[in-house]
Amino acid sequence: MQQEHIIELLTGKDSRKKKSRIPARLDLLQSVTGLILVLFILFHLLFESSILLGKDAMYALTKGFEMSFIFEGGEPLVISFLALMIFIVFILHAFIATRKFPASYRESIRYRTHAKLLKHEDTNLWFIQISTGFMMFFLGSVHLYTMMTQPEKIGPFASADRVYSDTAWPLYLLLLVSVVLHAGAGVYRLIVKWGVCDRTRSKTIIKAATAFYLLIGLVSLGAYIRIGYEHRNDYGQRYHTEVSR
Amino acid sequence: MNKSHTYDHDSGRKITLSIFRYNPSNPASEPSFREYTLTETPGMTLYIALTKIYTSIDHDLSFDFVCRAGICGSCAMVVNGKPRLACKTLTSEFADARITLMPLPTFKHNKDLSVDTGNWMNAMSLKVESWIHSKEQTDISRIEKRVDPDTADEIFELDRCIECGICLASCSTRIMREDFIGAVGLNRVARFSIDPHDERTDEDFYELIGDDNGIFGCMSLMGCEDHCPKHLPLQSRIAYMRRKMVKV
Repeated sequence: MQQEHIIELLTGKDSRKKKSRIPARLDLLQSVTGLILVLFILFHLLFESSILLGKDAMYALTKGFEMSFIFEGGEPLVISFLALMIFIVFILHAFIATRKFPASYRESIRYRTHAKLLKHEDTNLWFIQISTGFMMFFLGSVHLYTMMTQPEKIGPFASADRVYSDTAWPLYLLLLVSVVLHAGAGVYRLIVKWGVCDRTRSKTIIKAATAFYLLIGLVSLGAYIRIGYEHRNDYGQRYHTEVSR
Repeated sequence: MNKSHTYDHDSGRKITLSIFRYNPSNPASEPSFREYTLTETPGMTLYIALTKIYTSIDHDLSFDFVCRAGICGSCAMVVNGKPRLACKTLTSEFADARITLMPLPTFKHNKDLSVDTGNWMNAMSLKVESWIHSKEQTDISRIEKRVDPDTADEIFELDRCIECGICLASCSTRIMREDFIGAVGLNRVARFSIDPHDERTDEDFYELIGDDNGIFGCMSLMGCEDHCPKHLPLQSRIAYMRRKMVKV
């Protein structure tokens, strides 16, 4: 392997005197990991907004994810495992996608100046894509690490306590905006990149979907803040359907 | 430093062109925008406006043109931030009567609005080996091999590229990374890859564009397709080549 890399370093080709296939693999892997994350976030935001249907709905969904139909009372480690899997895909996607970021001040200033002159929607969209991607290096990592290490703290009260009493709402607000915009821009880019659907129609649909997800995300974050505020004096107490009845 | 000149011909709207002036081969030359005011005439294109300035106000102004009909691609320049062909752009499009003209970025700057696209295009053609590769001996006394009409149409469609350089000047990837071959190069490879006369395989094309300066460098920002004066299907052709190249 080392010798293969040395040959490529010296000749620009591999030992077969051919161009490396790695750029092709990386390009595909960036798209595949991005698609997995987008699909995950589509469902994640819907599940998370189940709080809008009531505390019981959110509680039932949480227990469902903890596989309460197999493990008595639910097993939070299932959530830990899921968060770990997503974290791995997340890190992989970030690692591969970073190679497209402006690599120097020169590249960065040339892009910004050009984009300002051009006033072109898809070119400007890339700035949103890289800036939200950069923000998620930190915001997404904190959230995923929390879910991996404290999976038992998910539920109508536990999540609301984290959002309000543990002051996680600024993080979730920034993460929500970043993730929805990044996912929307990413899906559009996937469609354009691989030529799978009509570009103009896809853009309209994705814009509508992005607005929808931002709306339900913001409203449900508001709901968690409200529940957290009302529950602030009972911080730490867990929700049970029996208790609420 | 801004200088102002006026040309008055007959009654009509007064338009002001702010033009980038610089001669890199003259050490005394300073990059600046110079303003020229002239009277708009019916159907005036930027090419006509520039010619008026050249013949009546400032004979030192440099800009490129050949065909004046949107065919040669020589008069591509940046018009109010957007790369366009001067001969296909009407001055009446600009409601505020102010037009800023700059040379195309990413190409070697000759002087004022003139850039050297030709040498770059030639180098690109050599890089992607832009010619039919065939081991077959051509016998001009025999009728050429038949080509499916739909395939021929598809090839002709991509052959409509006039190499104006607008796709490169509209591409932020190219602006950042000078070695990126851009839509014009990728379109050229797509053209030969669908040509049944060309015997090259996908593996052969991978050797030409299978890296981050080629197909995998494209970030799908779509400046190329949205500014192409010939409305070439660049997005779908680049996607087509990408799909082929990841399978190699």
